[in-house]
Amino acid sequence: MATWLEGLIALVLIIGGVFLLIGSIGLVRLPDLYTRLHGPTKATTLGMAGLLLASSVVSSITQGSISVHEWLITLFLLITAPVSANMIAKTAMHHDLTPWKRTKGQELVDPASRQAPPSDHHSVKDGKLP
Amino acid sequence: MLTWAVIIVAILICIALFLNLWRLVQGPSLQDRILALDTMYINSIALIILYGIHMGTGLYFEAALLIAMLGFVSTSALCKYLLRGDLIE
Amino acid sequence: MFTVKESRFLPMPFHSLLLFVVWLLLNNTMAFGHILLALFFGWSIPKLVSILKHGHPTIKRPWLTVRYFFMVMKDIITANIEVALMVLGPLKKLQPGFAAIPLDITSDLGVTLLASTISLTPGTVSAEISEDRKWLYVHALHLDNADELIAQVKQRYEIPLKEILGC
Repeated sequence: MATWLEGLIALVLIIGGVFLLIGSIGLVRLPDLYTRLHGPTKATTLGMAGLLLASSVVSSITQGSISVHEWLITLFLLITAPVSANMIAKTAMHHDLTPWKRTKGQELVDPASRQAPPSDHHSVKDGKLP
Repeated sequence: MLTWAVIIVAILICIALFLNLWRLVQGPSLQDRILALDTMYINSIALIILYGIHMGTGLYFEAALLIAMLGFVSTSALCKYLLRGDLIE
Repeated sequence: MFTVKESRFLPMPFHSLLLFVVWLLLNNTMAFGHILLALFFGWSIPKLVSILKHGHPTIKRPWLTVRYFFMVMKDIITANIEVALMVLGPLKKLQPGFAAIPLDITSDLGVTLLASTISLTPGTVSAEISEDRKWLYVHALHLDNADELIAQVKQRYEIPLKEILGC
């Protein structure tokens, strides 16, 4: 393997690893569930893409033929990461999890948990599931 | 150079896994724990892929794909359970 | 304008293409036998399951789809770097917030694609949709101005998606 190619792969690997770590740091550091969702959905997806790119190039070189099946995992994660984030956020809203005190637009949580339009947030205040 | 990169990234991912474990134990809400598990399975896919690079084989690809699929299904099943209290209506 | 006709031979052309590509990716090969097998699966599986589905989403502008895909990829990378800086930066500067985005798209596929794109790209996660499908609730990690965010999402993602799906 040429030195420049090896260096490039190493760089991509380390960038991917750093993004994975940043996603997990966000999970620990951020103040409430809604902000914590951002770390894993975004940083982790990009980190995985970097790692799988490196893996694809390495196995292409060692096998002598182009290996692209790693992209299947990337594709799968790109499709599923927003769906699972959405489901977790939905669950949190339906369970009336209170957001961080500095969050703007907190009055939207109540209509969102009833799947109502944002205008009638003062009509029903019990916040129970319909 | 690649060997060193693989070791460094493995250390980074292990730290990430420990951080996820901390969030999983700490909570405070059930949704936080689900999110921690979700991140944990993605990190473990990364670790498996990395092991594949280290050993120079493509054998671990299928394992990684299986974890990706099972992880997504279990995350959505847990969320559905919390939302409705029931999986199959 | 290019529309995909509903044909009896290939009832779901995009699913056929996806099955073909995924089969070749799974086996990681371009061997002739596998291409034949992939062609067979890509033809037979959609034909078998096409009775089960109702409602046919069609793609009106294939080239715009490709452009949209690459734009989203670029946005994912820039958004990731932004989010990474926010996660590592001081928490005092962080100003999270909720916003309700009025939707013009009506089809299921359109709303799903828009919500997924929003979750992946500009520092926002889509959280809930109102029952009448007119409002999408999003949570932003850093919200300066809700109207600005709504305008950006509508202009950058919703208008191209509407053109692609033609609804």
